[in-house]
This record gives sequence, C-alpha cells and structure tokens, in this order.
Amino acid sequence: MSQIIDVAHLNYRYPQQSADDLTLKDISFSVADGEWVAIVGHNGSGKSTLAKNINGLLAPVSGTVTVDGQVLSEKTVWDIRKKIGMVFQNPDNQFVGATVEDDVAFSLENQGVPRDEMLTRVHDALAQVSMAEFATREPARLSGGQKQRVALAGMIAARPRILILDEATSMLDPQGRYEVLQTIQQMKASSDLTVLSITHDIDEAASANRVLVVNDGQLVEEGQPAEIFQHGPALIKMGLDMPYAERLKAALKRQGVQVPAEYLTEKGMADWLWQLISNK
Amino acid sequence: MMNKLIFGRYIPGDSVIHHMDPRAKLLLSFYFIGIIFIANNWLTYVILFAFTILAIKLSGVKWSFFINGVKPLIWLILFTVILQVLFSGSGGHVYFKWGIITISQLGLVNGIYIFCRFVLIIFMSTLLTLTTPPLELSDAIEYILMPLKVVHFPVYEVALMLSIALRFVPTLMDETEKIMNAQRARGVDFGEGNIFQQMRAIVPLLIPLFVSSFNRAEDLATAMEARGYQGGEGRSKYRILKWQARDSWATVSFVALTIVLVLCRA
Repeated sequence: MSQIIDVAHLNYRYPQQSADDLTLKDISFSVADGEWVAIVGHNGSGKSTLAKNINGLLAPVSGTVTVDGQVLSEKTVWDIRKKIGMVFQNPDNQFVGATVEDDVAFSLENQGVPRDEMLTRVHDALAQVSMAEFATREPARLSGGQKQRVALAGMIAARPRILILDEATSMLDPQGRYEVLQTIQQMKASSDLTVLSITHDIDEAASANRVLVVNDGQLVEEGQPAEIFQHGPALIKMGLDMPYAERLKAALKRQGVQVPAEYLTEKGMADWLWQLISNK
Repeated sequence: MMNKLIFGRYIPGDSVIHHMDPRAKLLLSFYFIGIIFIANNWLTYVILFAFTILAIKLSGVKWSFFINGVKPLIWLILFTVILQVLFSGSGGHVYFKWGIITISQLGLVNGIYIFCRFVLIIFMSTLLTLTTPPLELSDAIEYILMPLKVVHFPVYEVALMLSIALRFVPTLMDETEKIMNAQRARGVDFGEGNIFQQMRAIVPLLIPLFVSSFNRAEDLATAMEARGYQGGEGRSKYRILKWQARDSWATVSFVALTIVLVLCRA
C-alpha cells in the first residue's frame, strides 16, 4: 500500500508562544491509503493542532507534510484541501448552509461544480447518510447527530481521499455518536477512504486499524487498538475517556463526597445527585 | 417573540403569491411603496386598498397576521397622524385654533391619508415577509445588488454573510435562552425591577453571548476554509431563482395599477 499522508519532523508553535515552547515536537508518521488511524491524547496534547497542520489550516515552523504525493505549501494548499474532508467537534459551528442541502452543496460551490452535477451529488450524498428526507430542513430543527451526518454528507459529496474527524462525536449523545460512527464505517466500506480520527471515544478508537498516542506534543506510542487497550487504567492518562459518570464519581470522591460503588448511567448519576442535594 | 420582531414570520403556503419569484416580490413591494404617493384623493386610496386586499386574498394568509403587523406600530402611526392634523395649517373649514395649533378640514383629511399610507405599506410588506422565506429574500437581494459588482461591491460575500446571519438566528436564540436560564439559576432576575435594574440584568446575558458568538465565528471560519472557501469569485450556485409567467403578470398588474392611479388622481 502506498502512503497517502506522510508527516516528517513536524514542529509547530502558536504565534503567541515563545521560541523554545512547541505545541508539536518533531512528529513523524505516515498513513497508508485506505487505512483508519485514530489519534488519542489529552486535552491540550496537540492532537487538533496536528490535524490542522495536515490540511494547511496551520503552517508548521519546520518539517514537511506530504498528502497524496503533494508537499503542502502555499501553492498546493487548496489542492490538498480538496482531497481532505474535515469534520469538527461542534455540530452547529460548521453548518454553513441555511438548509441541509445548501450545507452539503457548500464545498461543491467552492469548487465551482456545475449545478446539474451538484444536484445529483448532493442528493446521493444525503441518501448515503439517510438524511434525504431532511434535505430542505433548517439546522435548528436537527439533532446534533443529524447535523454531524449532514457534515459527513458534505464530505461525501465533495469526494475527498481523506477524512479527518476532529473529535467529531465528542459533543453528541450516545445515540448520535453511534449513528455517526456507523455512517463513517459505511463510508469507509463503500470507498477507499482514508480516515484519521482524533478522539476520546474508546469505540471510535477501536474501529481504527492503528492508534497513535500523542502526549505533550510528542508521539509517544503507536500500535493496534488491542495492544493499546491492554494498558487498562493508563488509557485515561492517554486521554481516552472513562464514561462521564465514572469521571464525575472519581472527581466527587476526591472532594470527600461518599459515592455509590456500583456503575451509574448519566441519568442514574443525575437522579442520585438530586437525591443527595435534597437530603441535605 | 424575537423572531417576529426581526423578520416577520414566514407562513408556509401554496398560493400564487408564495410561488412568485422573490425578486419580483421584493421589487414590486418597493415599487408599491413608491406609487402610494401618487394617490391624493379618496378614489385612489380606495383603489389601492382594493388592490392590496386582492393580493392578500390571493396569498390565503389569515387577516389576523396583518392586523398584528400594524399593532406594534400603532403608536408611531397615531403620533404622526396627530402631528399632521394639528400642524397642517388652515385649509378648508377651521374647527379649532390655538397658537400654532390648528385643526382644519385639510388637516383632518391629510391625517386620514397618512394613516391609510401607513396601513397600506405595512400590509404590503407584511405580505412580502409572510409569503417569502428569509433565505429566498437574501437570494433576491443578491441578484438585485448584482449591478454593484461594477463598482467592486462584494455582492457574493454580502449575500453569504446575510445567509449565514439568517442561519445563526435560531442558534443564537437558543443560546440566549440557555444563558438566561443559567443566570436565573444563579439568581439574576430578568424583567423585574425598574428600567435601570432591567438593563443591568442584561449585561450578564450579553457578555457570554458575545464571547460565544466570537468563538462560533472562529470555528465557522475554520470550517469554511477547510471546505475550500476562497471568496466569492469562481463559485457556482446551488440555489437559483426562476422568473416565471406569474411574475411577469404580477409586474403587468402593478403597471396597470399605476396607470389607473395616475388617471384617477385629482
């Protein structure tokens, strides 16, 4: 298999940082065509910054990024962005169109695709994420998961080679998360898409062929999901999530609050909290 | 509540008026405001009202929406009418005179004319906003501004800004609601106390709203760039507007109305 993404000795710092303080330190990795790679790490470990370096939203201090044989530079950035679809965290803040179909068409409009072709591509893309019946809906009337599926439809319509998911499921409820993950798996199965997913979600990481662990701007570990998951509690250190209720429980315990030992769902946790407060 | 104040409210429907090209509707609504000033006697005002009522009937929208459209402006209208009545000077029979205030026959008639003009303008513009989705209006504005490209006015950008603004109205209203609830939970009283206390209560609402709007704007700009947005030039359009026979007929009817008005005016 050929390499579709190749990152070599990438260093990056934000303009407000001092010269020796780097957000990304000497990162090198490559992704094979058709591979699904998950990038995990803490908040602030530099995962999102890394993703933004790959499609030229940020420019590195040194090092090179090669996408599909093209070295990323000011000249090639728009070509490369055509090849990469990127879905972000907040479903609302990336919805550009006033309706579902307008949003799906946005990338196509940017590329100057003729209208007749746009109509068929938008329609097909919406059908593929099972959102065709919502084509004329406004975003305000969609759930978070539906909005993320529309974002994916926008990617399908634009036909990128690579899909980057920047914590695309982190703001969704479990149902929405499941739907989005299903859609990505379908997309992956029906085309030779390469997926790079930045995530805290253990299910999403488990779908990948390979997991990269980023910590403090450095690539610290790399392996198949099964190998990485063997670390057990250390997973949390790597930024993979315990379920939210468990994290809340741990935090409460640190504050000296007596918490129930058994596992609680988020709803159960909320009920328990209400009881705790009203008993006081 | 806020929605009504900003854009009127679109009432989905299947009438001839609903299916008209938004460009035709927008231009003809403005044209109508212009020709109202041709009217200067009872007959011409009756004709204008008949025309407006016919248009409203064709739209199939309930009367109550139009009456509600006048209500928020009624004090402004009455104020203007009263000024007109009191300060029109003496023409015809003078009923009352005190200093510079005069109530004359001319003043009363002018006052009623002004009232009619207001009502006609509000009815027609309400008809426009009730039968046209905001998005179509923004498309219409884009087309209408197109000639300004000659003087390098950024028409595409303005149109995209307008449609993004429209798209974010419900999002920001949800957000406002959330922040209000969050602040209420912390003990802020909205809508209580005197006007100064109420104004002060708005501050903890506005600041978080501004901060989050800027964050949203930044995210949106990043997403747009990632999706290949490089400015308006060279983009193709997904939504297009079609001028149809009904739009031409509507235009003809407005021209006919103008001719009738000119013939009937005093």
